[in-house]
Amino acid sequence: MQQMVWYVSLVLMALVMFGFGFAAINSGNRVEDYSSIIKRAYRLRTMLFWVLVLALGAETINTLRTLPYYAPRDQSAGAAQLIEAKGYQWRWELSLDHVAKNQPVELRVTSADVNHGLGIYDPDMHLVAQTQAMPGYTNVINYTFNKEGTYKFLCLEYCGLAHHAMITEFKVGTP
Amino acid sequence: MASYPNTPIPDKGAKVSVLTYLITAIYVLLLMMIFGLLLRLEHAQYFSMGEAWFYKIMTLHGVGMVGMAGIAGAAIMWHFLREYVDLSEGIFAINWALFLAGVILILGSVFFGNFAGAWTFLYPLPSHPMGTWFGGASPLFLGGLLLISIGFFLLYLDTARAIIARYGNLARALGWPQLFGPDDGKAPPPTVVASTMVTIVNLAALLMGTSILTMMLVNLFAPSFAIDPLLAKGMIYMFGHTFINSTIYMAVIAVYEILPRYTQRPWKSNKVFLASWTAATVMVMSVFPHHLLMDYAYPKWVLVLGQVLSYTSTLPIIVVTGFGAMMIVYRSGIRWDMCTRFLFVSLFGWSAGVIPAFIDGTISINYVMHNTLWVPGHFHIYLMLGMVSMLFGFMYYLGKPHQDAQDSCLDVAAFWGFTVGTIGFALSFLYGGKESVPRRWAVHIMPEWLPADRIASAFTVLIIACVLVFIVRFIIRMGPSGRDYTRASIAVAA
Repeated sequence: MQQMVWYVSLVLMALVMFGFGFAAINSGNRVEDYSSIIKRAYRLRTMLFWVLVLALGAETINTLRTLPYYAPRDQSAGAAQLIEAKGYQWRWELSLDHVAKNQPVELRVTSADVNHGLGIYDPDMHLVAQTQAMPGYTNVINYTFNKEGTYKFLCLEYCGLAHHAMITEFKVGTP
Repeated sequence: MASYPNTPIPDKGAKVSVLTYLITAIYVLLLMMIFGLLLRLEHAQYFSMGEAWFYKIMTLHGVGMVGMAGIAGAAIMWHFLREYVDLSEGIFAINWALFLAGVILILGSVFFGNFAGAWTFLYPLPSHPMGTWFGGASPLFLGGLLLISIGFFLLYLDTARAIIARYGNLARALGWPQLFGPDDGKAPPPTVVASTMVTIVNLAALLMGTSILTMMLVNLFAPSFAIDPLLAKGMIYMFGHTFINSTIYMAVIAVYEILPRYTQRPWKSNKVFLASWTAATVMVMSVFPHHLLMDYAYPKWVLVLGQVLSYTSTLPIIVVTGFGAMMIVYRSGIRWDMCTRFLFVSLFGWSAGVIPAFIDGTISINYVMHNTLWVPGHFHIYLMLGMVSMLFGFMYYLGKPHQDAQDSCLDVAAFWGFTVGTIGFALSFLYGGKESVPRRWAVHIMPEWLPADRIASAFTVLIIACVLVFIVRFIIRMGPSGRDYTRASIAVAA
């Protein structure tokens, strides 16, 4: 996901740069009749507007179909393993520190003191899921760990002096 | 269709109060850039100040940059808006005095009280220092922010008063009669439309900000007065996100005012322009939930709206303002100087910066990128290459010795150094986000994260060196900055 986001962003920013570069390179040779330029530019702008509306509209529909806030509809893998996670300055307290690979997990996240953020990092240290840990609220991550190894839970909301040390390990093994 | 009178001759020089704002802004900017460099050097392991100092400096860097942008944006808006409405110099001066008082309190809270609660001061962190800052530090910090917020609130009350006195009401100043009825050619000029939008959104944001700051101050002294953390977070982001966003909408007034003078082409308040600013008024005030997408406890419709508004808010920026800059420059015969270079590149920075921003506003992407370095990556593009470039463009415009003055090679080289440096610096952040590097971490624990930190550090040194050139040039030209004379080089015919 992150790789795709990186490349899409670079391409789109390069397109914007191309547009500005084109205008800058062609800024000489003044045309006194600005209305003729406006007429052509407005046509182009209308096209650009509708292209963006269609692209963003399609992407909105596409990305809103699966939101991380809800448990997956496919329950074929069986009942979810429940894990309670509570953040403290500056440690995580987990009700369980291991789970079987490919078993759905329901991670209930809250905080005992200030705002924290629970980020799940896979064994390659890539962020695969997260939610905020807020006192008085419980946010639920539904996630299936599909790689064996040691995952890490990192704090992703600034919570004071040892924020960066708020890391705990989580084992994913064979069923 | 209303046209902006694009060649007022002579161009007005800046009042002493505007120059005072600008000097304050560039001093804070330079200091905060140096602080930013220290943060990146710490990440890169080229320097070691320890986590206590890292988080103190991080707190100052964040709050200082927001304050700098607010002061700089207000200076630009006030300078041009006073050509159309009767603004109070007294209120403008009071805002500066309250800003200064607030800065002193904040510096005291950090340097003497060790406060390190970040500029977001998320409730209840200020009251949970775990022994790392003194009890009085949190009230000093929040009190300082409150003073600054009150100052800006007074400023926008005054702009609202002045705009209503001239145009009757805020809807007329947004050009609603021309937007929703026939275009009689009497729509207010872009500066008035933009200032009205900023006035509306910032009055709402600052009302929210002063409320939550007051509530948190009461909580510090009377802990039984508890606040819902979710409500507090929403109020803080409505305040902070809207305020920092509005600084670009203030600074872009320099583009609307100055580019037409150079190109001898009008920047028109037509229906599309008016529609985009009315849309921006609504969207800038309501897009902040895209920073709360990982707070699952929020009503889901609010979070979905956060994504949708994140997407739609790109349209006015790219399709209207960014495209408008390309259009006004194309085949204009514009004579490029430091002012026009900065103003033009600023709209590139703003338009390009919204791309990683709206992508991160996608809920399913935010799930794996929120609070990584992707976030500072996107906002450093549109704030540094966007808003700060508008500030530098305005400074070079004010200080230009005469209409046909040539820029020195040093200034031109510094412009390119700043532009390339900012792009490289911001891409280093975005790359860190791609690699899942957490944001606001004093220590970067993985060796794989260091190369991007080190590249970012090098780009930051380059940026600061270039910014020093712009600042020194502005200070040397302070004399001419206050005088009335024609500054814009006239576009040349083919």
